[in-house]
Amino acid sequence: MKPVSIIEGRAVPLERSDVDTDQIIPSDWLKRVERTGFGRGLFAEWRDDPDFVLNRAQFVGATVLVAGPRFGTGSSREHAVWALMDYGFEAVVSPSFGDIFRNNSAKQGLVTVVLDANDVDQLMQLVKDEPSRLVVVDVEHLRIEVPEAGWLRTFALDPMTRQRLLNGWDDIGLTMRREEAITAYERSCLAPTLTGIFDDAGHVL
Amino acid sequence: MAGRTLYDKIWDEHVVASPEGEPTLLYIDLHLVHEVTSPQAFDGLRLNGRTVRRPDRTLATADHNVPTDPLSTPIADPISRRQLEALEENCAEFDITLFPRGHENQGIVHVIGPELGVTQPGMTIVCGDSHTSTHGAFGALAFGIGTSEVEHVLATQTLPQQRAKSMAVTVEGQLPPGVSAKDVALAIVSRLGTGGGTGHVIEYRGEAIRSLSMEGRMTVCNMSIEAGARAGLVATDETTIEYLRGRPGVPEGDEFDAACDRWRTFVSDDDAVFDAEVTLDASTLVPFVTWGTNPAQVVSLDGVVPAPTSIADPDQREATERALAYMGLEPGTALREIAVDVVFIGSCTNSRIEDLRAAAAVAKGHHVAPDVRALVVPGSHRVKSQAENEGLDQIFVSAGFEWREPGCSMCLGMNPDTLKPGQRCASTSNRNFEGRQGRGGRTHLVSPVVAAATAIKGRFASPDEVNP
Repeated sequence: MKPVSIIEGRAVPLERSDVDTDQIIPSDWLKRVERTGFGRGLFAEWRDDPDFVLNRAQFVGATVLVAGPRFGTGSSREHAVWALMDYGFEAVVSPSFGDIFRNNSAKQGLVTVVLDANDVDQLMQLVKDEPSRLVVVDVEHLRIEVPEAGWLRTFALDPMTRQRLLNGWDDIGLTMRREEAITAYERSCLAPTLTGIFDDAGHVL
Repeated sequence: MAGRTLYDKIWDEHVVASPEGEPTLLYIDLHLVHEVTSPQAFDGLRLNGRTVRRPDRTLATADHNVPTDPLSTPIADPISRRQLEALEENCAEFDITLFPRGHENQGIVHVIGPELGVTQPGMTIVCGDSHTSTHGAFGALAFGIGTSEVEHVLATQTLPQQRAKSMAVTVEGQLPPGVSAKDVALAIVSRLGTGGGTGHVIEYRGEAIRSLSMEGRMTVCNMSIEAGARAGLVATDETTIEYLRGRPGVPEGDEFDAACDRWRTFVSDDDAVFDAEVTLDASTLVPFVTWGTNPAQVVSLDGVVPAPTSIADPDQREATERALAYMGLEPGTALREIAVDVVFIGSCTNSRIEDLRAAAAVAKGHHVAPDVRALVVPGSHRVKSQAENEGLDQIFVSAGFEWREPGCSMCLGMNPDTLKPGQRCASTSNRNFEGRQGRGGRTHLVSPVVAAATAIKGRFASPDEVNP
């Protein structure tokens, strides 16, 4: 994944709570075997509405999504992250996220910023008042800022996720450094394998 | 020192490495794979010249997008067909056992693991599907992962993980007659809210949970993610062991006895301390129906559609108004007066043999209401065969239900089984999200017996209205 340090761009206020991953990318889009091109399916059920916030001219090209609480709950589909990133989002701000969605985001380099509900409301209002305002998400210093409005908050990110984002590390590569430990673990692993249960065609032996 | 929870015990046994300042590297005993969340992961392996570390700990099935039409019918949608072919090619290339469409072991991934006996107590189990929590009914730590993590497990058989907090959800007392495991699950999600379990692993405890069959426990654990918890657990007991006895993946004779001794240790210690505790009184539970667009929006079958005006919090009020508008419902309407267009009995929540028996017992000798389409989609070919041996298929077909081939089907509407815009569905599945069962479709989550009764009456109904 690409390193992420500073995200600077306009923001979209998505004033809804409980935006689950089915709403971020409907299941019809999950049949594809590719990893790209999901941006067109982002919030597909709502995009037909010309008044939907993503369709308003002032928000075209924004890179920060500001959403209500419990964003990304539900299905584990990483397609939700691919859709947000393919559309152009680099960070999502919400009072809370679904656990799996947040994990998936970290793997792809989509920055998830958790702020108090009051702070999210303030940020939403700042963006609604003046959509051209730039929002800056600083992963290095764990700060989110609207410089023009003099608004600044800090946020928390677990240290490893922060390091991975800043360096663009590949998780699998990192784990493979532990090859010896994995092999050692496997020698004493008590859990059964599938060996001897099925034949080559998957029939029970 | 306080005792350990069941979660602690499984976690501690699977630590490969716990480097300073980094997440713990956890070993994964079993990786279940399906067609939807895996193709990009296999591509990732190829791009980086990596392979599958443990094909003997990896098991694949087609479930999410398979049609449930007769097997002789070709798959019409070329994109779905391509995805199923990709799974077959990937499993062949990396030497992974696969149950493709039509295979006698094929079915919903969370139905086949338990029924084949490859889901066992004390294991770590992952799958690129959030309902992997189902397997926690066996005292296994099982959770859903994204595609990047699928690739990670394929390549390394491990996952970097932060330890979750523990939550005890205790359901005390006995369930009243007519109240099922699904109602317990809906009550818990309603109590916790969609985010209440976030960051936690739930252990379900108490007399009402102990009294459930393994299939009932699976239904409860299945919906852990609907409360935000990645995993749900039930301690291993004799019910667990009797369910596992004789299944294909389970050892026999002395080996079985040795396995049982080990399995019985997968319980929380009496003095274990949980980070959070929630208690429900089973005697207060009733058959439930969801009225809104998230699974915490639950009301009694005897109740009415709630009024937004009764909600103080402005955000909650607005969310309720939006949900009611989407669902096409008026506050104050009695649930029993709401007519349905479709009834879906299936999904990893409620498609096992006990679910089908319970639904068939309600439907027997009656007929689906005019203008209602009712589908029964068994969770697997094994469930389907067993049901047919018991004559359940004949009961359903005589009553006007469609008896279909196994798969995830209308739970998520990836295959041709979808709602049309505006259609209202009583569904035994797990999610009532907007558009979940088809664009513009309106989903109400219910138990199998309420679904069957609703199909007969054409409106939300309880079994005693059908069979007084």
